[in-house]
Amino acid sequence: MSELESLEREALARIAAAGDEAALEASRVDLLGKKGSISEALKTLGAMSPDDRKLKGPIINGMRDRVAAALGQRKASLGDAALEAKLQAERVDVTLPARPEMLGRIHPVTQILDEATAIFADMGFAIAEGPDIETDDFNFTKLNIPPEHPARQMHDTFYLKAKPDGTRHLLRTHTSPVQARTMLAQKPPIRIIVPGRVYRLDSDQTHTPMFHQIEGLVIDESSHMGHLKWILEEFCRALFEVPKVEMRFRPSYFPFTEPSAEVDIRCDRSGGEVKLGQGNDWLEILGCGMVHPKVIEMCGHDPAKYQGFAWGMGLDRLAMLKYGAPDLRAFFDADLRWLKHYGFSALDVPSLAGGLSR
Amino acid sequence: MKFSLSWLADHLDTTATVDKIAETLTQIGLEVEAIEDKAKELAAFTVAYVVSAEKHPNADKLRVCIVDTGKEKIQVVCGAPNARAGMKGVFAHSGTTIPGTGLELKKSTIRGIESNGMLCSEREMGLSQEHDGIIALPDDAPIGTPFAAILGLTDPVFEIKLTPNRPDCTGVRGIARDLAAANLGRLKPEPPVKVVPRFNNKVAIGLRFDAASETACPVFAGRMVRGVKNGPSPAWLQQRLKAVGLRPISALVDITNLLSLDRARPLHVYDADKLTGEIHARLARPGEKLAALDGKIYELDDQMCVIADDSGVLGLGGVMGGETTGVGETTTDVFIESAYFDAVRTARTGRELAIVSDARYRFERGVDPEFVVPGLDLATKLVMELCGGEPSDITIAGRAPESKRDITFDATLVEKLCGVKIHQREALVILERLGFRAVAGARVSVPSWRPDIHGPADLVEEVVRIAGFDKIPSTPLPRPSIIQPAVLTPMQKRVRAAKRTLAARGLSEAMTWSFVSRAQADLFGGVPDALIVANPISADLDAMRPSVLPGLLAAAQRNAARGIKDLGLFEVGPQFFGPEPGEQLTAASGMRIGNGPRNWAKQSWSADVFQAKADVLAILEACGFAGDGAQVAADAPAWYHPGRSGALRLGPKNVLAFFGELHPRVLQAFDLTGPVAAFEVMLETLPSPKAKPSKARPKLELSEFQAVERDFAFVVDAKVAAADIVKAAIAVDRVLVESVNVFDVYEGQGVDPGSKSLAITVRLQPRDRTLAEADIEAVSSKIVGAVAKATGGKLR
Repeated sequence: MSELESLEREALARIAAAGDEAALEASRVDLLGKKGSISEALKTLGAMSPDDRKLKGPIINGMRDRVAAALGQRKASLGDAALEAKLQAERVDVTLPARPEMLGRIHPVTQILDEATAIFADMGFAIAEGPDIETDDFNFTKLNIPPEHPARQMHDTFYLKAKPDGTRHLLRTHTSPVQARTMLAQKPPIRIIVPGRVYRLDSDQTHTPMFHQIEGLVIDESSHMGHLKWILEEFCRALFEVPKVEMRFRPSYFPFTEPSAEVDIRCDRSGGEVKLGQGNDWLEILGCGMVHPKVIEMCGHDPAKYQGFAWGMGLDRLAMLKYGAPDLRAFFDADLRWLKHYGFSALDVPSLAGGLSR
Repeated sequence: MKFSLSWLADHLDTTATVDKIAETLTQIGLEVEAIEDKAKELAAFTVAYVVSAEKHPNADKLRVCIVDTGKEKIQVVCGAPNARAGMKGVFAHSGTTIPGTGLELKKSTIRGIESNGMLCSEREMGLSQEHDGIIALPDDAPIGTPFAAILGLTDPVFEIKLTPNRPDCTGVRGIARDLAAANLGRLKPEPPVKVVPRFNNKVAIGLRFDAASETACPVFAGRMVRGVKNGPSPAWLQQRLKAVGLRPISALVDITNLLSLDRARPLHVYDADKLTGEIHARLARPGEKLAALDGKIYELDDQMCVIADDSGVLGLGGVMGGETTGVGETTTDVFIESAYFDAVRTARTGRELAIVSDARYRFERGVDPEFVVPGLDLATKLVMELCGGEPSDITIAGRAPESKRDITFDATLVEKLCGVKIHQREALVILERLGFRAVAGARVSVPSWRPDIHGPADLVEEVVRIAGFDKIPSTPLPRPSIIQPAVLTPMQKRVRAAKRTLAARGLSEAMTWSFVSRAQADLFGGVPDALIVANPISADLDAMRPSVLPGLLAAAQRNAARGIKDLGLFEVGPQFFGPEPGEQLTAASGMRIGNGPRNWAKQSWSADVFQAKADVLAILEACGFAGDGAQVAADAPAWYHPGRSGALRLGPKNVLAFFGELHPRVLQAFDLTGPVAAFEVMLETLPSPKAKPSKARPKLELSEFQAVERDFAFVVDAKVAAADIVKAAIAVDRVLVESVNVFDVYEGQGVDPGSKSLAITVRLQPRDRTLAEADIEAVSSKIVGAVAKATGGKLR
């Protein structure tokens, strides 16, 4: 074996034996460094005759290349091993829970309001709002409920303390004062929905002293009960996300509408929960009617020219019906467990395009 | 309002089924709440004959009976001590649901002997609590007949939810009239009753009112019937009253109850011998008392209408009679009162005294003023039929209030208001069946029993109600434009943005009462007396809330009591600063307590002032306000921690928000262990985004030159506000200095006590060239100088 061959064999053996990157680097210096053994061998080419150089050049260069390649390979494999060892050392217990993020929830009443808004906005309704503290005039008188009218007793009103002049404000018992405020402020055509808090002196499983209503008002020169029927049917179908709802309009009585109706929706209560659009039960969901001519007149418009309709329903009740929350009181308790269960993600913004709910 | 089918049949000739009648009632606005049909409910229970009753071989107290149901003989094991051969009882097959227990009867083997049905007790039938033995029926009860027939309970009872506008339907005849109008049968004619007086009424009647109160009782008619014999009323009358839940008392009393329910005409019968002097209607005198028929004593006020004689108050007009002059077994001469009491006053009296009575139910809705005398005649006739006696003539004081009016009827209005075409002739038929009469021209007169009908719209309702609301065609409402413009107001958008932002930041949305306790209100600045609810639902919910926070803190406390101690809640809702309508604003308020869910990765968030500040800034950002020009000052209200809270203002007065940790004393009042980070953003006070002609954003100018960051640490007095250092640094060169951020605050070793080290990083962004070291040095020394000048800070 020539000297060169044994040099190469030793070099390759040393590279293969290098146990870590430091040993490999030492080998590289010893072999290919300025004074390295293979570098020294390369230097001998300079002193050779052209013929010798021609003969030995390829041999020594080839050796240098093979050693360099071996160094490279060894370096890569040592690097892989080191990285592998490092990664192994970084091993964690992936079954540990993810870093928790507090999940916020949107209240079902907000959600159902946003759903109703999406539907009515598409029908050209704006949203009107009004104060929680109301005058007797707006809450009752302007709605054709004069003092001592029995309907005032139906409402179980909360009153604020009487003022020195004897008048006393109240907490609105319905959202209808906003009808009056809107009619007084605006010329027809009017299309509004009015959501808001309302207050009644009442408390049990299905009644709370405060709850939410949403009502609608259309005033123009021609809108009639057939339109009202259509709106409510379309609304219920869209809100409850069912292909069809069957509704029943029953004549009823409200001082501020004439004719008046209560509306029932067909449902099935047999299984302990309410299923809409099937079954043989009827569930009352709202009251409505043609706005009483006296109301139109008291709110500054000519009832011979203008007519229209109004309806009102419980927003909380709609949420209970759609999402199956059984106890109205829980809506106002802010029990985090309840909010997690019945609440909605911040990103669940209802839209007609994307569907009102997931 | 309750009535039975047979009672209805007195007035209505109909072959309609119970279900059809019920459906029609609801369709015409007389909503059926319940139908009690014992015949249907008890159909499975029949009369059976006990052929034999032997002792059970394996049980001393049980008997093995063979029962003949009329169709078959069945073996039943019975535990009743009175079970014996030869008796008749009420039998139920296996598979029947027992009304008294609600359980289904199962075929069973009792101690080795098969039992295929049951002989029932009264308790099992839901008739009484009697359970000592099985029901023993009379020997002549035919085997196999339904038990309900034996009980006389074959008459279904309707219960309707009457709206307050229909006084006429507080009488069965009124209901029959509505059904007849709806084509469900024919209203039976009702010839007027003629009573021939035999003597002159000796009871004087008076109305003692001043002009202001004479409407209380405008007419009072009465007559005597002498020589009556009072006693139990006949079975048909008792049955009728019992079916609707009234207790028969005596013939005379039952007659008045009958007319009240049948004709919506309450009456009162007095023992004429117990009256002294003129019987009269007047207002009560303050302090007068009445021992009423319900056994209670009521103290009256001077707005209540009473019936009185020389001895004092006899009864409350239209509400309830008194004990002293009531009729009894020994009564021979009676005085029958038929009067008209004002609806409003009657309602008030009933409400004030909390008396619910059949009379009040009718008078407060408005009885038929034209039926005062006919009702009296009808009662007289019945008294004579059932109790004998002879009648006097009638004395009438005052006169019935005017009820005659007529209204123009135009069938085209039906279509205009309801969108359904009904011919004038068809409409008039409906109205006439309801008792309206066509008068001259297109006018109809309103029947005296319909005080609710005043204008053309009322007539439209009558016609469409009877024709059926289901005839109204669903009609699409025209769309103003194909694609509707957006409708939300800027404020409505803010509310939505605030809610969804806070929910995205980990807070859950609460909805809490608009009222809190006064003590809680006081912790949040208090409310004026004018914001106190006079009749609160409970004493601890009597103040209109001055802040949303107390409701949230109370909710946090409730959650803590359930073991949920780390949570974030928010509410966007009203808070009140004055008692006038509109003196409220919409606050987006929230609170965080604890450090988020406890976990191995340490805390999720920190319930501190900077968390609250971040929540505030997130709301502002979501509402389209970048916070430009808003100033933070450490002067939040008293419910915040004085050293760890702030107010965000735009201008000196306009408070946008408060934020910070809450005061420990506030937390203590809510039984919470803090810290609690809270915030209140007054959404109305945020500036509106400026209206822009186009949605296009301003052109983005990005510099192509390298930005440079330099850090500076200043030692300043501990009281110096970081914001002042930042402001000074920015002001050095508003073009070149792109941003200044505080990245470290340090107090302690190496910094003198009373001082702190505050480190900022300044980012310089050249626009037109690369900065040279000299440029940077120049700006840096300016910054050091400016900070030193503004705050006394020295480079550390």
